[in-house]
Amino acid sequence: MPADALTHGLRRIGLGTLTAIARMGYAARFFVAVIMHSPEAVRRMRLTLREIYFSGVLSLVIILVSGMFVGMVLGLQGYDSLNKYGAGDSLGIFVGLSLVRELGPVVAGLLFASRAGSAITAEIGLMKTTEQLAAMEMMAVDPLARIVAPRFWGGVVSMPLLAALFSIMGVFGAYVVGVRLIGLDAGTFWGNMRAGIDFWPDVTNGIIKSAVFGVAVSLIAVFEGYDAKPTAEGVSAATTRTVVGASLAILALDFILTVFMFRGLGI
Amino acid sequence: MNRSTIDLWVGIFVTIGFGAIVLLALKVGNLTSLSSTPSYRLEARFDNIGGLKLRAPVKAAGVVVGRVDRIKLDPKTYQAAVTLSVDNGYHFTKDTIASILTSGLLGEVYIGLDAGGDTQMLADGAEITKTQSAVVLEKLIGQFLFDKAASGGGK
Repeated sequence: MPADALTHGLRRIGLGTLTAIARMGYAARFFVAVIMHSPEAVRRMRLTLREIYFSGVLSLVIILVSGMFVGMVLGLQGYDSLNKYGAGDSLGIFVGLSLVRELGPVVAGLLFASRAGSAITAEIGLMKTTEQLAAMEMMAVDPLARIVAPRFWGGVVSMPLLAALFSIMGVFGAYVVGVRLIGLDAGTFWGNMRAGIDFWPDVTNGIIKSAVFGVAVSLIAVFEGYDAKPTAEGVSAATTRTVVGASLAILALDFILTVFMFRGLGI
Repeated sequence: MNRSTIDLWVGIFVTIGFGAIVLLALKVGNLTSLSSTPSYRLEARFDNIGGLKLRAPVKAAGVVVGRVDRIKLDPKTYQAAVTLSVDNGYHFTKDTIASILTSGLLGEVYIGLDAGGDTQMLADGAEITKTQSAVVLEKLIGQFLFDKAASGGGK
Protein backbone atom coordinates (compact mmCIF):
# COMPACT_ATOMS: atom_id res chain seq x y z
CA MET A 1 0.00 0.00 0.00
CA PRO A 2 1.55 3.32 -1.07
CA ALA A 3 0.09 5.29 1.84
CA ASP A 4 1.62 2.83 4.26
CA ALA A 5 5.01 3.09 2.55
CA LEU A 6 4.74 6.87 2.73
CA THR A 7 4.03 6.95 6.45
CA HIS A 8 6.51 4.19 7.23
CA GLY A 9 9.54 6.51 7.32
CA LEU A 10 7.69 9.12 9.32
CA ARG A 11 6.51 6.52 11.81
CA ARG A 12 10.07 5.35 12.31
CA ILE A 13 11.18 8.91 13.00
CA GLY A 14 8.32 9.31 15.45
CA LEU A 15 9.14 6.07 17.23
CA GLY A 16 12.82 7.02 17.43
CA THR A 17 11.99 10.43 18.91
CA LEU A 18 9.58 8.98 21.45
CA THR A 19 12.10 6.32 22.50
CA ALA A 20 14.81 8.93 22.89
CA ILE A 21 12.55 11.16 25.01
CA ALA A 22 11.44 8.20 27.12
CA ARG A 23 15.10 7.23 27.70
CA MET A 24 15.98 10.81 28.66
CA GLY A 25 13.12 10.82 31.13
CA TYR A 26 14.21 7.47 32.51
CA ALA A 27 17.79 8.73 32.84
CA ALA A 28 16.59 11.87 34.66
CA ARG A 29 14.49 9.81 37.08
CA PHE A 30 17.43 7.46 37.54
CA PHE A 31 19.66 10.47 38.35
CA VAL A 32 17.18 11.65 41.00
CA ALA A 33 17.01 8.13 42.42
CA VAL A 34 20.83 7.93 42.62
CA ILE A 35 20.95 11.29 44.38
CA MET A 36 18.25 10.14 46.81
CA HIS A 37 20.32 7.04 47.58
CA SER A 38 23.53 9.04 48.02
CA PRO A 39 23.38 9.09 51.84
CA GLU A 40 23.82 5.30 51.55
CA ALA A 41 27.10 5.89 49.70
CA VAL A 42 28.32 8.03 52.59
CA ARG A 43 27.09 5.56 55.20
CA ARG A 44 28.83 2.69 53.41
CA MET A 45 32.07 4.63 53.06
CA ARG A 46 33.98 1.38 52.60
CA LEU A 47 32.23 0.72 49.27
CA THR A 48 32.71 4.27 48.02
CA LEU A 49 36.41 4.18 48.94
CA ARG A 50 36.74 0.97 46.97
CA GLU A 51 35.17 2.67 43.94
CA ILE A 52 37.47 5.70 44.30
CA TYR A 53 40.30 3.18 44.22
CA PHE A 54 39.03 1.54 41.04
CA SER A 55 38.01 4.75 39.21
CA GLY A 56 40.61 7.15 40.54
CA VAL A 57 43.76 5.41 41.70
CA LEU A 58 43.83 2.92 38.84
CA SER A 59 43.32 5.76 36.33
CA LEU A 60 46.34 7.62 37.72
CA VAL A 61 48.89 6.09 35.38
CA ILE A 62 47.07 6.90 32.14
CA ILE A 63 46.14 10.40 33.40
CA LEU A 64 49.66 11.29 34.55
CA VAL A 65 51.41 9.92 31.47
CA SER A 66 48.91 11.53 29.05
CA GLY A 67 49.14 14.84 30.91
CA MET A 68 52.90 14.81 30.63
CA PHE A 69 52.81 14.08 26.90
CA VAL A 70 50.07 16.62 26.16
CA GLY A 71 52.07 19.25 28.04
CA MET A 72 55.27 18.42 26.19
CA VAL A 73 53.50 18.60 22.81
CA LEU A 74 51.88 21.90 23.83
CA GLY A 75 55.31 23.19 24.77
CA LEU A 76 56.83 22.33 21.41
CA GLN A 77 53.87 23.39 19.26
CA GLY A 78 53.15 26.49 21.31
CA TYR A 79 56.75 27.63 21.25
CA ASP A 80 56.96 27.09 17.50
CA SER A 81 53.85 29.18 16.84
CA LEU A 82 54.53 31.87 19.43
CA ASN A 83 58.10 32.30 18.31
CA LYS A 84 56.89 33.34 14.85
CA TYR A 85 55.57 36.48 16.50
CA GLY A 86 58.58 36.85 18.73
CA ALA A 87 56.46 35.89 21.72
CA GLY A 88 58.21 32.65 22.69
CA ASP A 89 58.52 33.99 26.23
CA SER A 90 54.74 33.77 26.59
CA LEU A 91 54.85 29.97 26.42
CA GLY A 92 54.08 29.70 30.14
CA ILE A 93 50.81 31.57 29.98
CA PHE A 94 49.80 29.81 26.74
CA VAL A 95 50.37 26.34 28.16
CA GLY A 96 48.95 27.15 31.58
CA LEU A 97 45.73 28.69 30.29
CA SER A 98 45.05 25.95 27.74
CA LEU A 99 45.61 23.23 30.32
CA VAL A 100 43.81 24.77 33.28
CA ARG A 101 40.81 26.06 31.36
CA GLU A 102 40.29 23.46 28.63
CA LEU A 103 42.61 20.55 28.09
CA GLY A 104 42.93 19.46 31.71
CA PRO A 105 39.21 18.92 32.36
CA VAL A 106 38.30 17.82 28.81
CA VAL A 107 41.11 15.37 28.04
CA ALA A 108 41.09 13.99 31.58
CA GLY A 109 37.31 13.60 31.23
CA LEU A 110 37.61 11.74 27.92
CA LEU A 111 40.29 9.44 29.34
CA PHE A 112 38.24 8.92 32.47
CA ALA A 113 35.17 8.00 30.40
CA SER A 114 37.13 5.42 28.43
CA ARG A 115 39.12 4.05 31.34
CA ALA A 116 36.70 4.12 34.29
CA GLY A 117 33.27 4.78 32.72
CA SER A 118 33.43 1.75 30.44
CA ALA A 119 34.55 -0.46 33.33
CA ILE A 120 31.64 0.70 35.52
CA THR A 121 29.11 0.05 32.74
CA ALA A 122 30.52 -3.38 31.96
CA GLU A 123 30.57 -4.33 35.63
CA ILE A 124 26.99 -3.26 36.37
CA GLY A 125 25.79 -4.68 33.03
CA LEU A 126 27.35 -8.02 33.75
CA MET A 127 25.86 -8.03 37.26
CA LYS A 128 22.49 -7.50 35.63
CA THR A 129 23.11 -10.23 33.06
CA THR A 130 24.10 -12.75 35.71
CA GLU A 131 21.05 -11.68 37.75
CA GLN A 132 23.12 -10.49 40.69
CA LEU A 133 21.06 -7.28 40.84
CA ALA A 134 17.83 -9.29 40.91
CA ALA A 135 19.30 -11.53 43.61
CA MET A 136 20.13 -8.49 45.71
CA GLU A 137 16.59 -7.21 45.40
CA MET A 138 15.38 -10.64 46.54
CA MET A 139 17.53 -10.24 49.65
CA ALA A 140 15.98 -6.79 50.23
CA VAL A 141 19.25 -5.08 49.37
CA ASP A 142 18.65 -2.09 47.12
CA PRO A 143 21.11 -2.30 44.20
CA LEU A 144 20.87 1.48 43.78
CA ALA A 145 22.27 1.95 47.27
CA ARG A 146 24.67 -1.00 47.29
CA ILE A 147 26.03 -0.91 43.71
CA VAL A 148 25.09 2.26 41.84
CA ALA A 149 25.48 5.10 44.36
CA PRO A 150 29.04 4.18 45.50
CA ARG A 151 30.21 3.89 41.88
CA PHE A 152 28.58 7.19 40.98
CA TRP A 153 30.18 9.04 43.89
CA GLY A 154 33.52 7.33 43.37
CA GLY A 155 33.58 8.82 39.88
CA VAL A 156 32.35 12.23 41.00
CA VAL A 157 35.09 12.48 43.65
CA SER A 158 37.87 11.16 41.41
CA MET A 159 37.29 13.27 38.31
CA PRO A 160 38.24 16.78 39.58
CA LEU A 161 41.34 15.38 41.29
CA LEU A 162 42.40 13.57 38.12
CA ALA A 163 41.84 16.73 36.04
CA ALA A 164 43.97 18.78 38.43
CA LEU A 165 46.73 16.17 38.30
CA PHE A 166 46.50 16.14 34.50
CA SER A 167 46.96 19.94 34.39
CA ILE A 168 49.90 19.83 36.79
CA MET A 169 51.61 17.10 34.79
CA GLY A 170 50.95 19.07 31.60
CA VAL A 171 52.49 22.21 33.05
CA PHE A 172 55.45 20.15 34.20
CA GLY A 173 55.82 18.60 30.72
CA ALA A 174 55.75 22.04 29.11
CA TYR A 175 58.34 23.21 31.66
CA VAL A 176 60.61 20.30 30.73
CA VAL A 177 60.30 21.07 27.02
CA GLY A 178 60.29 24.86 27.25
CA VAL A 179 62.95 25.43 29.90
CA ARG A 180 65.14 22.31 29.79
CA LEU A 181 64.97 21.52 26.09
CA ILE A 182 64.41 24.83 24.29
CA GLY A 183 66.19 26.91 26.87
CA LEU A 184 63.64 29.52 27.90
CA ASP A 185 64.34 31.31 31.14
CA ALA A 186 62.68 29.49 34.03
CA GLY A 187 61.79 32.74 35.78
CA THR A 188 60.08 34.12 32.67
CA PHE A 189 58.20 30.86 32.18
CA TRP A 190 56.74 30.75 35.70
CA GLY A 191 56.40 34.52 36.00
CA ASN A 192 54.38 34.85 32.80
CA MET A 193 52.22 31.95 33.84
CA ARG A 194 51.45 33.40 37.23
CA ALA A 195 50.86 36.89 35.84
CA GLY A 196 48.41 35.63 33.23
CA ILE A 197 46.44 33.04 35.19
CA ASP A 198 44.22 33.90 38.12
CA PHE A 199 42.90 31.47 40.67
CA TRP A 200 39.54 33.09 40.11
CA PRO A 201 38.18 32.67 37.46
CA ASP A 202 40.67 30.52 35.50
CA VAL A 203 41.54 27.75 37.96
CA THR A 204 38.09 27.67 39.57
CA ASN A 205 36.42 27.44 36.15
CA GLY A 206 38.57 24.42 35.38
CA ILE A 207 37.60 22.79 38.67
CA ILE A 208 33.89 23.50 38.05
CA LYS A 209 34.18 22.02 34.56
CA SER A 210 35.88 18.86 35.79
CA ALA A 211 33.28 18.43 38.54
CA VAL A 212 30.44 18.75 36.02
CA PHE A 213 32.16 16.27 33.69
CA GLY A 214 32.61 13.91 36.64
CA VAL A 215 28.87 13.93 37.36
CA ALA A 216 28.00 13.51 33.66
CA VAL A 217 30.41 10.65 32.97
CA SER A 218 29.57 8.78 36.18
CA LEU A 219 25.84 9.15 35.63
CA ILE A 220 26.03 7.96 32.02
CA ALA A 221 28.24 5.02 33.05
CA VAL A 222 25.99 3.75 35.84
CA PHE A 223 22.83 4.43 33.85
CA GLU A 224 23.99 2.56 30.74
CA GLY A 225 25.09 -0.36 32.92
CA TYR A 226 21.81 -0.46 34.82
CA ASP A 227 19.80 -0.08 31.60
CA ALA A 228 21.84 -2.62 29.58
CA LYS A 229 20.10 -5.52 27.86
CA PRO A 230 20.98 -8.55 29.99
CA THR A 231 22.88 -10.35 27.26
CA ALA A 232 26.52 -10.45 26.24
CA GLU A 233 25.65 -8.32 23.22
CA GLY A 234 23.66 -5.90 25.32
CA VAL A 235 26.54 -5.32 27.74
CA SER A 236 28.97 -4.70 24.91
CA ALA A 237 26.53 -2.26 23.26
CA ALA A 238 26.02 -0.48 26.59
CA THR A 239 29.77 -0.13 27.12
CA THR A 240 30.13 1.41 23.66
CA ARG A 241 27.22 3.75 24.36
CA THR A 242 28.89 4.87 27.59
CA VAL A 243 32.15 5.83 25.90
CA VAL A 244 30.46 7.51 22.91
CA GLY A 245 27.75 9.21 24.96
CA ALA A 246 30.07 10.36 27.74
CA SER A 247 32.61 11.75 25.26
CA LEU A 248 29.93 13.67 23.38
CA ALA A 249 28.43 14.88 26.67
CA ILE A 250 31.83 16.16 27.81
CA LEU A 251 32.46 18.09 24.60
CA ALA A 252 28.95 19.54 24.44
CA LEU A 253 28.92 20.47 28.14
CA ASP A 254 32.37 22.01 27.69
CA PHE A 255 31.04 24.32 25.01
CA ILE A 256 28.00 25.31 27.08
CA LEU A 257 30.07 25.90 30.23
CA THR A 258 32.68 27.88 28.30
CA VAL A 259 30.00 30.15 26.84
CA PHE A 260 28.70 30.92 30.33
CA MET A 261 32.16 31.36 31.81
CA PHE A 262 33.25 33.80 29.11
CA ARG A 263 30.08 35.78 29.71
CA GLY A 264 31.13 35.98 33.33
CA LEU A 265 34.51 37.35 32.30
CA GLY A 266 32.73 40.23 30.59
CA ILE A 267 33.92 39.44 27.09
CA MET B 1 43.48 -6.43 47.49
CA ASN B 2 42.86 -6.04 51.18
CA ARG B 3 41.18 -3.13 52.84
CA SER B 4 44.11 -1.26 54.29
CA THR B 5 45.95 -1.26 50.94
CA ILE B 6 42.91 0.27 49.25
CA ASP B 7 42.63 2.84 52.04
CA LEU B 8 46.29 3.71 51.67
CA TRP B 9 46.06 4.18 47.91
CA VAL B 10 42.86 6.21 48.12
CA GLY B 11 44.53 8.34 50.78
CA ILE B 12 47.57 8.92 48.56
CA PHE B 13 45.33 9.66 45.56
CA VAL B 14 43.13 12.17 47.39
CA THR B 15 46.16 13.85 48.99
CA ILE B 16 48.09 14.35 45.77
CA GLY B 17 44.85 15.33 43.99
CA PHE B 18 44.19 18.13 46.46
CA GLY B 19 47.90 18.92 46.40
CA ALA B 20 47.60 19.41 42.63
CA ILE B 21 44.68 21.81 43.10
CA VAL B 22 46.65 23.80 45.69
CA LEU B 23 49.67 23.81 43.38
CA LEU B 24 47.48 25.05 40.51
CA ALA B 25 46.19 27.81 42.75
CA LEU B 26 49.56 28.93 44.11
CA LYS B 27 52.13 28.08 41.49
CA VAL B 28 50.20 28.35 38.21
CA GLY B 29 47.53 30.87 39.18
CA ASN B 30 48.33 33.83 41.38
CA LEU B 31 46.02 33.30 44.31
CA THR B 32 48.44 34.95 46.70
CA SER B 33 48.52 38.32 44.96
CA LEU B 34 44.85 38.48 44.15
CA SER B 35 42.16 38.46 46.75
CA SER B 36 43.92 38.47 50.09
CA THR B 37 45.08 42.09 50.06
CA PRO B 38 42.42 44.59 51.15
CA SER B 39 42.01 47.51 48.80
CA TYR B 40 40.38 50.91 48.44
CA ARG B 41 38.79 52.54 45.45
CA LEU B 42 39.70 55.51 43.32
CA GLU B 43 37.75 57.08 40.48
CA ALA B 44 39.19 58.48 37.29
CA ARG B 45 37.59 59.93 34.15
CA PHE B 46 39.14 59.59 30.75
CA ASP B 47 38.13 61.01 27.37
CA ASN B 48 39.09 57.72 25.76
CA ILE B 49 40.17 54.50 27.41
CA GLY B 50 41.29 52.77 24.21
CA GLY B 51 41.55 49.03 24.80
CA LEU B 52 41.41 49.11 28.60
CA LYS B 53 39.64 46.05 30.00
CA LEU B 54 38.25 45.01 33.36
CA ARG B 55 40.88 43.62 35.75
CA ALA B 56 43.66 45.34 33.82
CA PRO B 57 46.60 46.17 36.12
CA VAL B 58 47.16 49.55 37.74
CA LYS B 59 50.87 50.28 37.94
CA ALA B 60 52.98 52.91 39.63
CA ALA B 61 56.60 53.03 38.46
CA GLY B 62 55.98 49.68 36.80
CA VAL B 63 54.85 47.97 40.00
CA VAL B 64 51.34 46.50 40.03
CA VAL B 65 49.43 48.27 42.82
CA GLY B 66 45.85 47.40 41.89
CA ARG B 67 43.30 46.41 39.28
CA VAL B 68 40.64 48.08 37.17
CA ASP B 69 37.41 47.31 38.95
CA ARG B 70 34.68 48.87 36.81
CA ILE B 71 34.35 50.78 33.56
CA LYS B 72 31.28 52.87 32.78
CA LEU B 73 30.31 55.67 30.43
CA ASP B 74 29.27 58.86 32.17
CA PRO B 75 25.99 59.69 30.36
CA LYS B 76 26.38 63.46 30.96
CA THR B 77 29.96 64.16 29.99
CA TYR B 78 30.41 61.17 27.68
CA GLN B 79 33.62 60.36 29.45
CA ALA B 80 34.65 56.91 30.59
CA ALA B 81 34.36 56.59 34.38
CA VAL B 82 36.90 54.01 35.57
CA THR B 83 36.98 52.65 39.11
CA LEU B 84 40.36 51.42 40.30
CA SER B 85 40.86 49.21 43.30
CA VAL B 86 44.25 49.94 44.81
CA ASP B 87 45.96 47.87 47.51
CA ASN B 88 45.66 49.38 50.97
CA GLY B 89 49.41 49.51 51.36
CA TYR B 90 49.82 52.15 48.65
CA HIS B 91 48.68 55.74 48.89
CA PHE B 92 48.88 58.41 46.24
CA THR B 93 49.01 62.17 46.38
CA LYS B 94 46.07 64.33 45.35
CA ASP B 95 47.83 65.58 42.23
CA THR B 96 48.53 62.07 40.94
CA ILE B 97 48.24 61.73 37.18
CA ALA B 98 46.49 58.61 35.85
CA SER B 99 47.30 57.73 32.27
CA ILE B 100 46.33 54.83 30.05
CA LEU B 101 49.42 53.16 28.67
CA THR B 102 50.33 50.12 26.63
CA SER B 103 53.26 47.88 27.45
CA GLY B 104 55.04 47.51 24.15
CA LEU B 105 53.35 47.87 20.79
CA LEU B 106 51.02 44.91 21.15
CA GLY B 107 51.13 44.42 24.90
CA GLU B 108 48.42 44.72 27.52
CA VAL B 109 46.77 48.05 28.27
CA TYR B 110 47.19 49.28 31.83
CA ILE B 111 46.75 52.39 33.94
CA GLY B 112 49.91 54.15 35.07
CA LEU B 113 49.84 56.32 38.17
CA ASP B 114 52.43 59.10 38.55
CA ALA B 115 52.44 60.59 42.02
CA GLY B 116 53.00 64.33 42.36
CA GLY B 117 54.33 66.47 45.20
CA ASP B 118 51.11 67.21 47.06
CA THR B 119 51.15 66.55 50.79
CA GLN B 120 47.54 65.36 50.92
CA MET B 121 46.67 61.82 49.93
CA LEU B 122 43.72 60.47 47.95
CA ALA B 123 41.17 58.85 50.25
CA ASP B 124 38.85 55.93 49.52
CA GLY B 125 36.39 56.88 46.77
CA ALA B 126 38.28 60.02 45.77
CA GLU B 127 38.60 61.03 42.13
CA ILE B 128 41.87 61.44 40.28
CA THR B 129 41.33 64.69 38.41
CA LYS B 130 44.42 64.71 36.25
CA THR B 131 44.10 62.05 33.61
CA GLN B 132 45.65 61.31 30.28
CA SER B 133 43.66 59.34 27.71
CA ALA B 134 44.79 56.40 25.70
CA VAL B 135 46.75 57.06 22.55
CA VAL B 136 44.65 55.78 19.68
CA LEU B 137 47.01 54.68 16.95
CA GLU B 138 44.55 55.39 14.12
CA LYS B 139 44.08 58.99 15.28
CA LEU B 140 47.83 59.41 15.56
CA ILE B 141 48.35 58.15 12.02
CA GLY B 142 45.48 60.32 10.79
CA GLN B 143 47.04 63.38 12.40
CA PHE B 144 50.42 62.53 10.90
CA LEU B 145 48.94 62.21 7.42
CA PHE B 146 46.98 65.44 7.88
CA ASP B 147 50.12 67.30 8.95
CA LYS B 148 52.04 65.89 6.01
CA ALA B 149 49.31 66.96 3.62
CA ALA B 150 49.14 70.43 5.17
CA SER B 151 52.90 70.98 4.98
CA GLY B 152 53.02 69.55 1.45
CA GLY B 153 50.19 71.84 0.30
CA GLY B 154 52.00 74.88 1.69
CA LYS B 155 54.95 74.49 -0.63
